[in-house]
Amino acid sequence: MCRARHSYCGSKMKLTINGNEKDVANNLTVSGLLKELEIDPARVAVEVNLAIIKKALYEQQTLSDGDSVEIVNFVGGG
Amino acid sequence: MNDKLVINGIEFKSRLWVGTGKYKDFEETAKAIEASGADVVTVAVRRTNIFDNKSDNLLDYIDPKKFKILPNTAGCFTLEDALRYARLARETGVSDLIKIEVIGDKDTLFPDSCATLTATEILAKEGFTVLPYINDDPVMALRLVDAGAAAVMPLAAPIGSGLGIRNPYNLKIILEQAKVPIVVDAGVGTASDVAEAMELGCDAVLLNTAIAGAKDPVLMAGAMKHACIAGRMAYKAGRMPKKMYATASSPIEGML
Repeated sequence: MCRARHSYCGSKMKLTINGNEKDVANNLTVSGLLKELEIDPARVAVEVNLAIIKKALYEQQTLSDGDSVEIVNFVGGG
Repeated sequence: MNDKLVINGIEFKSRLWVGTGKYKDFEETAKAIEASGADVVTVAVRRTNIFDNKSDNLLDYIDPKKFKILPNTAGCFTLEDALRYARLARETGVSDLIKIEVIGDKDTLFPDSCATLTATEILAKEGFTVLPYINDDPVMALRLVDAGAAAVMPLAAPIGSGLGIRNPYNLKIILEQAKVPIVVDAGVGTASDVAEAMELGCDAVLLNTAIAGAKDPVLMAGAMKHACIAGRMAYKAGRMPKKMYATASSPIEGML
């Protein structure tokens, strides 16, 4: 359910992904979001509102309007 | 000669460990790592680029089946951040190893010892193989071992400084007292620094900028590989004692 009273409520919700706001379909799962962003789940870790989501739960974990999502991967470092 | 490095039951093929930062591109990273002979590579945890997901991924160039991936908590200044990055790193599913790096000062990048100790204690209990980056502080090394560190990684000099081993005596004390593998991490500048660390008896050396910052990184990676092997062999062989005066190598007997 959208808590923000958007004009498009009922179809879309707003997420903050890696610091960027994005409109996505309501009831999108973590798995669905990664698919939409064309990101390979095997290469990343996902955090929703500071809680890490286990890979096994990507399919069932539904996102809510206003959620803050972080998607991280490995980059070069020492 | 059976001279395998084992940390927390994990067998390592190489005693030279390398970072993956600061390279021109992933291709150069892969070539340098290949030339270094390292089977452990460090990586950092950062936000995925969600706008350009077609760009290459580091793990496309460094196969986690071939290399041991050692994620770090670089860039973290607080205990909370270090724990967050460590847990995210593990959730990617490629490694239970973690290099704990909690920075206490932005100019020297010296570690925050208190936060490092607490992070080590918490993450070791959560089943991580914790490898903390620390100052060359023998007492801290012992505290970290008590807290569950699988190895300790004292710096040779500040990260990225290339100054070499500034306090070999402290490293020697750490080697004597801490009963876990000791990995010199950070500050190495060139091949002789790696050889020196290995000759002191360190179990491994972890470096990044010394290769990535060389004019020819791939050539330097090869130099580091040989220095590491040479230093280890010299340590195992046991060097001759140092003497103040000369001792002739050729016999006096039989001279005209």
